[in-house]
Amino acid sequence: MASSEWSERSISLAGIKLPIITAGSGRPLLVLNDEFGYSGWFKWQSALSRDHTLIIPMAPGFGRAPRIEWVESVRDLGCLYSRMLREEGLTDIDVVGFSFGAWVAAEMIASCPHQFRRAVLVAPGGIRPPVGELTDSFNYPANDFVRLTVLDPKATPEFSLLYGEPGPDQAERLDEARAQFARLAWQPYFHNPSLPYLLEGAGESQVLIIWGAQDKVVPRSAVEKYNQVIKGSKLVVFDNCGHRPEIEQSEKFVGELKKFLA
Amino acid sequence: MHMMWFTERAYHYDPEVEPEKYHALENQILKIRSFFGTPNRFFDAEHGARLLNQYLDEKVYTDQELLNFDGVMLNEHHGTPFCMGAVMDVEAAALAAKTKRVKIVLLGNPAATVANQLRLAEELAMIDLISGGRLVSGWVRGAGSEQFANNTNPALNRELFEEAVDFIEKAWTTPGPFRYEGKRLHFRHVNPWVLPLQKPRPPFWIPGLISPDTVAWCARRRYPYVALATRLEPTMDLWEIYGKTAAAEGYQAGPENFGYLQPVMVGDNQARAEELGKRLLFGGAFAHFARPEWMFPPGYNSREATRRLATLDGPNTSGKPIFSATGEESEAQIEEIKRGIYAGYPQVQKDLQMIAGTPDNVIPKLKMILEVLRPGIFSFWLDGPVSAGDRKRCLELLNRDVIPALREHGKKLGLVSPFERAPGSVPLVRETGYATVSNPGALNYSEAVA
Repeated sequence: MASSEWSERSISLAGIKLPIITAGSGRPLLVLNDEFGYSGWFKWQSALSRDHTLIIPMAPGFGRAPRIEWVESVRDLGCLYSRMLREEGLTDIDVVGFSFGAWVAAEMIASCPHQFRRAVLVAPGGIRPPVGELTDSFNYPANDFVRLTVLDPKATPEFSLLYGEPGPDQAERLDEARAQFARLAWQPYFHNPSLPYLLEGAGESQVLIIWGAQDKVVPRSAVEKYNQVIKGSKLVVFDNCGHRPEIEQSEKFVGELKKFLA
Repeated sequence: MHMMWFTERAYHYDPEVEPEKYHALENQILKIRSFFGTPNRFFDAEHGARLLNQYLDEKVYTDQELLNFDGVMLNEHHGTPFCMGAVMDVEAAALAAKTKRVKIVLLGNPAATVANQLRLAEELAMIDLISGGRLVSGWVRGAGSEQFANNTNPALNRELFEEAVDFIEKAWTTPGPFRYEGKRLHFRHVNPWVLPLQKPRPPFWIPGLISPDTVAWCARRRYPYVALATRLEPTMDLWEIYGKTAAAEGYQAGPENFGYLQPVMVGDNQARAEELGKRLLFGGAFAHFARPEWMFPPGYNSREATRRLATLDGPNTSGKPIFSATGEESEAQIEEIKRGIYAGYPQVQKDLQMIAGTPDNVIPKLKMILEVLRPGIFSFWLDGPVSAGDRKRCLELLNRDVIPALREHGKKLGLVSPFERAPGSVPLVRETGYATVSNPGALNYSEAVA
């Protein structure tokens, strides 16, 4: 599959064919999707692909790639991606992860701090908030939860593009993604109790944390904890923004990333 | 045939005795359109205690006085006024000691959602021992909502269920001590010092609603499948799947492989019985068992069911939520929903999803169901906010008039229970191939209603 801006190829990884979407040119940037899988092609990706090569793996079991039986934790998935980077010869790479994908990136940093040159964690799950709770996505039908992830769907121009056209195909794909998310993150829900300690021991890392002040999924105290345990990290808070800064305030989001990844 | 009866052991009030509490509870259920998740501040412990003891006393009465019943059936649900049987084995243990005759049929233990399957094996062994070998041990995956109530992973449910049932059978039949290291279950020391009285083990019966996978699994293992009040046509479809799977296994399925649960309300007066039968629709009945996100958690449902749900006008369709933005219905909406629910009662009766009336009225309809489905196990489902007195009378009329008529009819139809003929014991006749168990040609709604 391909569009004028991106193309899709498959690589062999751990016994499966893993689809990867690639776009743009320039320094490689690994993109790790959220808990619903690949969300689609958006303006922020177009903008970044002008001077970055976006590498977007379709996470195994999340609706567009086969499930790998032995991947039963987020740590397993992080290790799988590390293997992918080694086998593809992708060194000196940056990463941006969203929500669940940010948790995966954090696990990869915890296990191998210098794997990434720079890392951007957008509205990251993975750490239990000292105050408040991570919203339980399983308490909502899929589309209700997706609506919850932005401050105002009507004011978010690209909201209706998220995850493709509503209908049986989308429902099946989202259910598959959520089932895989359940396999990896059911309990403790959406976090790993040991992650903050492992990140503390990861030394100085070049990490940017981006979070919307009106995020209804990840509370402020969780991102502040990330900021605290990752030495050298920077936290940028977007006002009037929910869980998806990348589409709720695309220009500002792209600006922050370009500045940080320069 | 094996004839038994069932009740959900619901928490509710008699509208003729405590109308305000009755309506308050129903309105609360309809506010979120879900029994599951109705806040437990509505649970009055004294009232709950009275009800639980009433439900136990009814079964003891059945054992002692209603001798045409062969068994009593229990189930388990968590976190819902729909069913207070949160730990069915507690009730079964009480009945094991208080009763002497009836089979204690558990449909079923949620093998995938309990915390410790070895302990479950021990519980059930004790029930079988105390009861003198009267346990029928059924298994369920647990409804979607049970995954939330027990915090078990819905994506792992099916594989955990199948491994749990296998493990429990092994714990009962393999001499211990032994170590078990499975895919999902791990027990380093298996040596239960309570084992069932029945050898090699109590019967396994499996209740179900819609899952073809469960039906096929039952057929491969020769476990009787009990359809839980599903409409007759899809029930026959599922039994076809069972029958064909059985044929592939080399045996002819028969009545001994099937059971059916039928909602009933029998009374001395037709109009009164129908009015009481209508109360089964309290709170929207099973349609409001749990909201879709609880009923169908990710990974729990088949792909086909997921795709089907997406075509309904509901929360799974983008931009068209059933519920309001807060997830709660307004008072005006609740009244409208109630009107719709109870206005649907005539159709519920036409569809035979409630058979209510005097014995003379209900017997022909039940006979037709026997002719159509040909089950060897039949369970009468008695529920709805109905007084203890009306429930007792219903059971008495079932015992005195309905069961003898159905048993005689069942004999003519050759309906045998799993106690009379072992499921899976009839070899397939290769020359003629598989014979359909049910008889769709006998289905005639208008004749049954007349």
